[in-house]
Amino acid sequence: MSPRHLVFGLLLALASASTGWADQRDDAKKQVEFGIQVAHRGLWREAVYRWERAAQIDPTYAAAFNNLAVAYEHQGQLAKAREAYEKALALEPANALVRQNYDLFKEINDRILQKDGRQL
Amino acid sequence: MTAFFRKTVGSCSLALLVACAACSSGYSEIPIETPIQPKLDVSQFQRIFIAGFIAGANEDVDANLETVRLLRSQLRNKGIMRVIDADALPLLEVARQSSGETVSSPVPDQQAPATPQAPDDPNRVPDINEEKDLEPYQHIFANVEYWKRIGEEHQQPLIVTGTVLFAPQQRAGFVQREQEVYDPFGRRSVVPVRTYMERKGFVLRPSFIFIDGRTGETLHTETFREEILYNASQQTPALSSYFELMDRLLPSFLNTLSAQKIRGVRALLK
Repeated sequence: MSPRHLVFGLLLALASASTGWADQRDDAKKQVEFGIQVAHRGLWREAVYRWERAAQIDPTYAAAFNNLAVAYEHQGQLAKAREAYEKALALEPANALVRQNYDLFKEINDRILQKDGRQL
Repeated sequence: MTAFFRKTVGSCSLALLVACAACSSGYSEIPIETPIQPKLDVSQFQRIFIAGFIAGANEDVDANLETVRLLRSQLRNKGIMRVIDADALPLLEVARQSSGETVSSPVPDQQAPATPQAPDDPNRVPDINEEKDLEPYQHIFANVEYWKRIGEEHQQPLIVTGTVLFAPQQRAGFVQREQEVYDPFGRRSVVPVRTYMERKGFVLRPSFIFIDGRTGETLHTETFREEILYNASQQTPALSSYFELMDRLLPSFLNTLSAQKIRGVRALLK
């Protein structure tokens, strides 16, 4: 195989990989958007299912983890909410909206832990 | 016709612009309600008796009666168990009497709590100005037989009792407040200024004790501390300060017995 063929093959592999990644993100995005729609209609369990799917499809998608955290918070699953917020922040440390959500969550969570010494 | 056309196109494009801005903003706000589990499992109790409190420190507010009334009405409003409507117990007297018995016992008990200072008049209400003044009466809460008897009288409810200290306080020191300033061009801005101020207000320190009316044993104790300070020149009635402070800690008190929901708004990201 000539070097020209090798480079061509590599470029082809790279292009198909990036297309695959874009498809994954598209797929995850659809799940996230559908989750938002159903959450606004009060169907939180369906929303959790969609956002969990999105996080599985694209584990680098911060929005999926942020939304999951919000849903867990609404369901009172505070330990899971914390984990999801921290994951979202690890993926996008500069995202002011995730930070704001997390700060509001922490205010409630810390108050509960402080008041009764509950461990999450 | 042209003006109408222009106006229509203008408003349509504005609506389109707003819609696009909403779409492209990448987030939407959603209201949530975070449920907080109760701290105490009260499923075995159908009834609750707010028995009364050992209270003091303010002659304008009967912290015992006000706390009994407030907690009963809050529990009734929230529908948390059936609230027993009986007279509040004269706990201070009961505690003093049982202290007297301890003193007159033939064999002094080393473990017995300190007896309150014997006043000249036995009917005189003792001064309770600070927490240490409450200590001589605390033993009443550990009197299992007494609470068991109270429980039997009221069909074995969950009993809520404890101490309430509502005391005036004064404090002087530097506080930071915001002050309006105008520059030479008349522009207004707000700057933080540190000023020395004398302030007065109240401190509320209730300790709620939850007793099992079947056994007389303490199930849970919760202590709070809230304070409020006003400008020294401001005249705020003690009772309104008491309610303001109680308002702050009521959600936590209610959360001991039932699940509470904390409302908030979060951002969902696309």
